[in-house]
Amino acid sequence: MSAATASAITVRGIEKSYKNLHVLRGVDLEVQRGTVFALLGSNGAGKTTLVKILSTLLKADAGTASVVGLDVAKEPAQVRAAISLTGQFAAVDERLTGRENLVLIARLRHLRAPGTIADELLARFSLTEAGGRKVSTYSGGMRRRLDIAMSLIGEPSVIFLDEPTTGLDPEARQEVWQTVRQLAGKGTTVLLTTQYLEEAEQLADRIAILHKGRIIVDGTLDELKKLLPAATVEYVEKQPTLEEVFFALTGESTGDTADETTDAAQAQK
Amino acid sequence: MKHFFGDTAVLTGRSLTHIVRSPDTIITTAVTPIAIMLMFVYVFGGAIDIGGATDSYVTYLLPGILLITVASGISYTAYRLFLDMQGGIFERFQSMPIARASVLWAHVLTSLIANLVSLALVVGVALIMGFRTGADVGGWLAVLGIMALFTLALTWLAVIPGLTASSVEGASAFSYPLIFLPFVSSAFAPTESMPGPVRWFAENQPVTSIVDSVRAIFAGQPVGGELWVALAWCLGILVVAFVLAIATYRRKIS
Repeated sequence: MSAATASAITVRGIEKSYKNLHVLRGVDLEVQRGTVFALLGSNGAGKTTLVKILSTLLKADAGTASVVGLDVAKEPAQVRAAISLTGQFAAVDERLTGRENLVLIARLRHLRAPGTIADELLARFSLTEAGGRKVSTYSGGMRRRLDIAMSLIGEPSVIFLDEPTTGLDPEARQEVWQTVRQLAGKGTTVLLTTQYLEEAEQLADRIAILHKGRIIVDGTLDELKKLLPAATVEYVEKQPTLEEVFFALTGESTGDTADETTDAAQAQK
Repeated sequence: MKHFFGDTAVLTGRSLTHIVRSPDTIITTAVTPIAIMLMFVYVFGGAIDIGGATDSYVTYLLPGILLITVASGISYTAYRLFLDMQGGIFERFQSMPIARASVLWAHVLTSLIANLVSLALVVGVALIMGFRTGADVGGWLAVLGIMALFTLALTWLAVIPGLTASSVEGASAFSYPLIFLPFVSSAFAPTESMPGPVRWFAENQPVTSIVDSVRAIFAGQPVGGELWVALAWCLGILVVAFVLAIATYRRKIS
């Protein structure tokens, strides 16, 4: 269809206002196929609004946007077939089991053998044991993993992750990062929004900063670093970060994807 | 549109699973009307003069109780829709290649099924309390048809607050006036006993014509023009509510 074009997402002069609030003031960006693109910005910068426009949930006031060569405003149905959205709040059905959630999405994507697809994803996301339990008993990290697993059904070529780790504890955040890296490894294009600089640094091939409705910088991490004043060399004693302390005390390694229990979810609250 | 029926079936299955997992919504729906029925039959009923219209007060009362059941049942329809709107799941569905109207129709069909189950519970209790009918199979089917039409009309009405409410209370509060409408109708007492303006209202609001039609069918009596008035009310509410609900939905998803 549009295999010739190298960019998975193209945004040109997108504007959007809610009543008097001018949220997006002309956004331009380009995301290459098979890369992870981080949209960095503080709360209210317009990240979610842009994601909603790209995933056909909102219409822009001005400008054009296309995903895998399809115009989001003119061909929304085709765009929806190519994308998947993981919103800011875990879009899972609390009253169904993890497996039922996956089967539901597989059915709605009109795929064959939804049960097999569900079982494969449960295994891939270390949720096999929890698969038969209601999602309301899951911890925050498990819920997010299920959420992302649901987004992978039907193998969409572009995945939008809107603040995938907001509200998660450090372990759960590591799990999500691991998942995103796996996705990128498989050639899926990922556009993720985040307010954590570290997250963008860890995951993204390219980073754009959205500030007050405009993209103010767009480049690779190295390019962004060059924008800063030249580095000065100082000798500073390296203190452990709180994160390192946390992992040292809890005895969990950072890449661990083991199932945490419901207790973890409760402790979190 | 080619996936409309399949998608609606899948999503209806999802909503019905919710209800099976928490059957309390069906039971709560039936409990209030049953409590009203018990109170009116065993406490106030003896003092109400129904002018020999039917043999027992419970037989006189049941049609109105059935309408109250539907009116309280559809508040759960609004509630379920509201919950979907609040959670991210609604946006997930909307960003998927599904027939978009399916999301609404699944809630509507679920509402129809859940209300029919609640109605069956209420009729069961009424039978234990001494409700008797001379209606044959055709008569029962006619009552079923009227109740299904009434449920559909109120369900589409419930879709509007379900889509627009900003709180759980807001999503279900609209049903309170609907629950009380039967009290100012021929459901509990003949309208002849009411003072002028109240009587005028009672005789010209939808509940009275529906109650009178259902009561006549249950009594095995010929149903007069009341039935056409009842059907006109149901269809009228259905069409207006449907148009408004669809317009609200379009605005929500565009």
